[in-house]
Amino acid sequence: MSSTLALDSAAKPGRQSAPAGPTRPRLSPWQAWGIVLIAPYVLVFAVFVLYPVAYGLWLARHPASYVHLFDDPVFVRTVVNTLVFLIIGINLKMLVALFLSGFFVRTRWWIRWLSVLFILPWAVPSIPTILSLRFMLNPEWGVINTTIFRLTGADGPNWLNNPQLALGLAILVHIWKSLPFWTLILVAGRLAIPGEMYEAASVDGATTWQKFRFITWPSLQTLYLTSSILSMIWTLGDFNSVYLLTGGGPADQTHVLATLGLRYLRLDLVDLSMATVVCALPFVLPLVYFMMKRLSR
Amino acid sequence: MSRSLWRQASSEAKLLLIGIPVAIWTLLPIYHLVLFALSPRGQAVTGKLWPDHPTLDNFAVVFHQEHHYLLHFWKQLWNSVLIAVAAGAITLCIATAAAFAISRLRVRGGRTIMNLALFTYFIPAAFLAVPMYKTMGNYGLLNSQWALILAMVTIATPYAIWVLKQASDKLPLELDEAARIDGATPLQLFRLVYLPLMLPSMVAVGTYALLLAWNEYLYAFLLLSDDRSTTLGVALGSFLSADDSPWELLMATGLLYALPPAAIYYAFKRYMVSGLTAGAVKS
Repeated sequence: MSSTLALDSAAKPGRQSAPAGPTRPRLSPWQAWGIVLIAPYVLVFAVFVLYPVAYGLWLARHPASYVHLFDDPVFVRTVVNTLVFLIIGINLKMLVALFLSGFFVRTRWWIRWLSVLFILPWAVPSIPTILSLRFMLNPEWGVINTTIFRLTGADGPNWLNNPQLALGLAILVHIWKSLPFWTLILVAGRLAIPGEMYEAASVDGATTWQKFRFITWPSLQTLYLTSSILSMIWTLGDFNSVYLLTGGGPADQTHVLATLGLRYLRLDLVDLSMATVVCALPFVLPLVYFMMKRLSR
Repeated sequence: MSRSLWRQASSEAKLLLIGIPVAIWTLLPIYHLVLFALSPRGQAVTGKLWPDHPTLDNFAVVFHQEHHYLLHFWKQLWNSVLIAVAAGAITLCIATAAAFAISRLRVRGGRTIMNLALFTYFIPAAFLAVPMYKTMGNYGLLNSQWALILAMVTIATPYAIWVLKQASDKLPLELDEAARIDGATPLQLFRLVYLPLMLPSMVAVGTYALLLAWNEYLYAFLLLSDDRSTTLGVALGSFLSADDSPWELLMATGLLYALPPAAIYYAFKRYMVSGLTAGAVKS
């Protein structure tokens, strides 16, 4: 129906004047085809984004759900965990990525080879590698504790049974997985800096730190900030690092917002699961807004 | 002379001091995975760096489906392939068409749709999982592989459209102009001008969607609960349900599951890296 409307409006006399400017085509077949070609996505969006979101919000409409949610100690713990995960995880990851990007821009044959291997954690699916890490951490047979036992004769810690340790390890797993990607992004950023700037600085006798402080950092800081924000959004949605390593345990003490929804779904409390998402939105939306501003410039 | 040599050696040593820990950190979990997959049952945990008698027996057990965790290995592998290929192909079709309409045909409202898509892209998929699960239930699609395919298409298309639109905006407008003056129809422009020029980006986007669907755990596990309809990734996760899991078999299966995406990633790395870099952060 909308396509006929477009045809009508475009067919008005006077509009059909010779080839319209390419920036704003008004010729009817072009608009009509445009609508036909964009329709599949609009359909997908309506059926699988708009409807689920609306339905989710409808499920979370009762204030009682939120009272129930805030009364749940697991929810409070989850919010704290998520903040710890974000603040420590992202800063640590981005700082290491910034440092390593300086390492990977060096031109050595072995660094080239290492950079190929370095991407493996990102290229390989996370399920098998996280399970492999989980087995390494097994208190009885895991390679880490057997090594500790052989070296010191003492039993290693029960890694995943201690909430703080388990959350810390989930953060490390997350970093292990996503560090290569961010390092690569910052490497690309560093390669865009003209080499002459460093040569000139060397001639002037600048130290390594001064080169970083006055050349590298000013060029990279926008990229670094954008990367951190985007990483924050992605980390908020990182389900695998926590769920596959700890399953949210021990005693539901290591959940993050991304895994909590599943817990409530299992407990048959779908309204709480949706209320969790609603509570997360005030934190997610500003980040999303920032990224959209960035990308649609 | 010897002094500059000395300085060179010390700078090399400093680089190695960073490189070696990086290599160990990166490879340890993957090495552990491979080690287990090649170890005879019960001998992987001796703490040795390499098994005395590396064996492919674990793979034989997997291929013959000789363990109750692996009864549907081939079926699940096929499911993973089918879902990944279908999601990749459908995403590619929808996104290519949409990007053409927005970027070249300048369809009215295209900008709004692009922004809505970007918005969807930035909302973490894990937050949409439960509503998606309930929705698929309402649509009667639960336990049908279409549910997972469509969910993956939904998650992959926004980024795909964005990358393709960026690439398409870079094509010179004179091409369209020339085609129009020659009397080309929109479809001819699409087929003869747009598609050939967009091929590299389309490879990147198709690969992206394919890998996304292959690697997915949360949605697969929510939407497909039946052992016969689920993917290999979910099957791997289900090994965790028991304490006496056969680790060697899990790791062998995990290795088989990890190889195709890794191979695809390295094969298309040229496209992937430029596409991802452009897509992730525009500075």
